[in-house]
Amino acid sequence: METQLKTFVNGAVNYFETVAGRSAEVGMPYLKDTEKDDFLLDCAAVIGISGSYRGCVYYSASRQMLEALMKLSGEDYGAPDLALDFVGEIANTIAGNAQRDLGAGFLISVPVVIQGISTVRLPREIPHFIIPIKWQNYKSYIVIAISSK
Amino acid sequence: MKLLIVDDSNFIRRAIERHAESFQIKEIRTANTGKAALRTLNEFAPDLITMDITMPEMDGLTCVEAIRRVNTTSRILVISALSDRSMAVEALKRGANGFLLKPFNEESLREAVVDVLED
Repeated sequence: METQLKTFVNGAVNYFETVAGRSAEVGMPYLKDTEKDDFLLDCAAVIGISGSYRGCVYYSASRQMLEALMKLSGEDYGAPDLALDFVGEIANTIAGNAQRDLGAGFLISVPVVIQGISTVRLPREIPHFIIPIKWQNYKSYIVIAISSK
Repeated sequence: MKLLIVDDSNFIRRAIERHAESFQIKEIRTANTGKAALRTLNEFAPDLITMDITMPEMDGLTCVEAIRRVNTTSRILVISALSDRSMAVEALKRGANGFLLKPFNEESLREAVVDVLED
């Protein structure tokens, strides 16, 4: 699992460096506490994983962070839907980039985006690893819940 | 220069459009699915098409193949987050002229566009 987590950490670092031109601090991944959902922020996207793996990749961020990141990338259109579209794109890119290390059998779905803090039904039988990301004093989280078949 | 941007993400369509305007590409159309792209091509002949892979209804690789049955002149740049090498090879096999890995910025997009147009 360590190698797989490293892949997602590298993907997140590369994403912020490329799009924002400013590095993000990626924290130590930790196993999700079954009782706590402190990784839930107001915009999120879930990518379903299939093929030689199963599970999902989940990315959660605050609307403020997404709007700040969009502005830095040159996007100044403030439509609410665009932040949701953007969170889906971040999840899609980080999950898709993991294919390089996890192989062509790591298949990703189109993102399902979620607005507002709500409980997410993630697969219970797979451990969930949370990767905290801090960018410009904003927190966001990648949740990795995958297992190989 | 005419450009057709095919991507299901509004954020990405807008980002490519913004960068393309800075490359002096003036006539730009967008499509949010592969099927919408095929419909657009009935009335618009782009010099360049940027194509996402993971899209609902029709994926980008199937769309590239469908475009090549009727259009051999437009240059096609596939832009995707799917990073396994086989994905780029498959895109080229289906008729694309280049492959750009997401995430991209203005500089990497410009280089990829120049490569595809000059190739």
